[in-house]
Amino acid sequence: MSFAHAVGGTRYSFPDLKTLLARATPLRSGDQLAGLAAGSAAERVAAQRAMADLPLRQFLSEAVIPYETDEVTRLILDRHDPLAFAPIAHLTVGGLRDWLLAEADGTCLAALRPGLTPEMVAAVSKLCRLQDLIAIAAKAQVTTRFRNTLGLPGTLSTRLQPNDPVDDPRGVAAAILDGLLLGAGDACIGINPATDNVDATCRLLELLDGVIQRFGIPTQSCVLAHVTTSLLAIQRGAPVDLVFQSIGGTEATNTSFGINLALLREAHEAALSLKRGENVMYFETGQGSALSAEAHHGVDQQTIEARAYAVAREFQPLLVNSVVGFIGPEYLYDGKQITRAGLEDHFCGKLLGLPMGVDVCYTNHAEADQDDMDALMTLLGAAGVTYIMGVPGADDVMLAYQSTSFHDALYLRATLNKRPAPEFESWLERMGLDEASRAGTLPLTPALLGLT
Amino acid sequence: MTTPAPTPALWQDLRRYTTARVALGRAGNGLPTAAHLDFQEAHARARDAVWSALDLDRLEADCAPLGMPIHRVASQAEDRRHYLLRPDLGRRLREADATRLARSPTPGAFLIVVADGLCAEGVQANAPALLAALVPLLNAQRMAPGPIVLAQQARVALGDEIGEAMQAAMVAVLIGERPGLSATDSMGIYLTWGPRRGRRDAERNCLSNIRPGGLTPAEAAAKLAWLMQAAMARGGSGVALKDEAPSLGLLA
Repeated sequence: MSFAHAVGGTRYSFPDLKTLLARATPLRSGDQLAGLAAGSAAERVAAQRAMADLPLRQFLSEAVIPYETDEVTRLILDRHDPLAFAPIAHLTVGGLRDWLLAEADGTCLAALRPGLTPEMVAAVSKLCRLQDLIAIAAKAQVTTRFRNTLGLPGTLSTRLQPNDPVDDPRGVAAAILDGLLLGAGDACIGINPATDNVDATCRLLELLDGVIQRFGIPTQSCVLAHVTTSLLAIQRGAPVDLVFQSIGGTEATNTSFGINLALLREAHEAALSLKRGENVMYFETGQGSALSAEAHHGVDQQTIEARAYAVAREFQPLLVNSVVGFIGPEYLYDGKQITRAGLEDHFCGKLLGLPMGVDVCYTNHAEADQDDMDALMTLLGAAGVTYIMGVPGADDVMLAYQSTSFHDALYLRATLNKRPAPEFESWLERMGLDEASRAGTLPLTPALLGLT
Repeated sequence: MTTPAPTPALWQDLRRYTTARVALGRAGNGLPTAAHLDFQEAHARARDAVWSALDLDRLEADCAPLGMPIHRVASQAEDRRHYLLRPDLGRRLREADATRLARSPTPGAFLIVVADGLCAEGVQANAPALLAALVPLLNAQRMAPGPIVLAQQARVALGDEIGEAMQAAMVAVLIGERPGLSATDSMGIYLTWGPRRGRRDAERNCLSNIRPGGLTPAEAAAKLAWLMQAAMARGGSGVALKDEAPSLGLLA
């Protein structure tokens, strides 16, 4: 189906739904790189006006990537629940935006999730200003459980990310103690291994399990290796809490990651079989990964990102986060583009029912700095983000990018009156960690982690 | 005899164990001024490192003792800014270079590509030492490597086009990693069996953080030699070839 709208006497036409979505997307370098972006501001707003008038039902009859050739499209359409969709079935995309702002509350948003497709959510996000993305997402509540409860109202959690350039257990342990002292780690303690190797992964898993057991911390661990490595680790009897995988919104993107839905299903079942927790998967995503893998099918990067959330929700994850500024300036050029993308990703993830965090981050070849990160994390905090990262001094010495620091989370909790997950907060108080970091002492015996 | 360090009891003692920014202290919930400015200084240096360039003459002189033929090529990205915004062009060889390489094919070769990537400083410093350690290991496995191709404004996948043009069996791309705050001299290696255009990232094996204070060139050379032998034995690289390399201690 084709679409058209006139702005200032010029008629702009869009041959199909995916082109309409792409032209309606607020400006970003990745869509320009792909040759999908609107050619002018007028064309963009024409696309937005045409999209506002589009009935939501159109998304059920026109797939942006063909059903026959893409298993993510099949997952999206096969899982769509017409009963859950019924309350908004009469609406247009623009009507949905108004309804979300004016009518929806947390209860009806929860009921609506199976009726929403990623493309509907992406479309409405393209009509939203930042304040709309914040106001609507703040109404959505998503709660998950493993050793603690994440996503409760008024909470803001952190993943403690103690990466080490060579997976040195002493470096990892020191970073973990530093983070715990500053109140980080309730979402998980999650390491990106320097080398994706099953021996190294098992050693790190044992280290993390030891920390959690020795100090009795109500949290969970993850080594962010490839899903096939985690499966090998499970077969070897390693203590795997969460199985991690990077995922994308097209079958071909996932092929480039060396995965498919069947492999994720196998990993999900393997992790559940260990009976260590309820929500056992951890996924990371990010706008631009499909273009990077030349697997975007002419669909804009934000719509594909939302489709990745359909993959994620199939496996009831404990945690999902977009790594929004990691991919680089060819996809999100500067602080302005990173900020908008981070809020879009959080909004789309939450509406689709995910426990959505954001790695508020940037690389050194992007036009961004700490001021941009302060602004984005504060906006995300207002939007009710489930968790952010905690990295010593915001400087990841293994992945060579800047994320949020342990201090940043303290600032955010204090400024927005947020708290850690309740079980973890009790543990922090019991251990007296806040007082200790103010006094410069270390009540967690480092020798227990091999630091002597 | 040295006095053993006292058992850690203070927050600042954590600094003994890592180069990460631990034990920075607190000014309320924020960073103390000195720690804040340390960060700003490191970011400023990393921003400048992104714009560093390979000194090809010096690199060629440093690699000359290895006795391998050396070629120079460039991608279709015209300059640094173009390179940053157009990664697709960083994966494409200039027409003239592709034609020239195809005129001197090396069927079945174990090709080495040395590429600037996102920061030339690390490759300039670490590639010659890595190759000096790698060559004897591969010779001992009767897998003599070469030639060497020096590539400017290059992404990892440029190695696929180079390898295809030269009909190589395998290509190891030594490439500058994005500079971080703590390291602006880090190199990565991507190994691809059967290089040709359209290879996927999952078909490569990666070693990262090769630099002083990270993985040393000698350690990386041992890992790479193992991976190259395993790729040849299995006729594939990437996820198909799970990195089950025993720990480096056993390899040494």
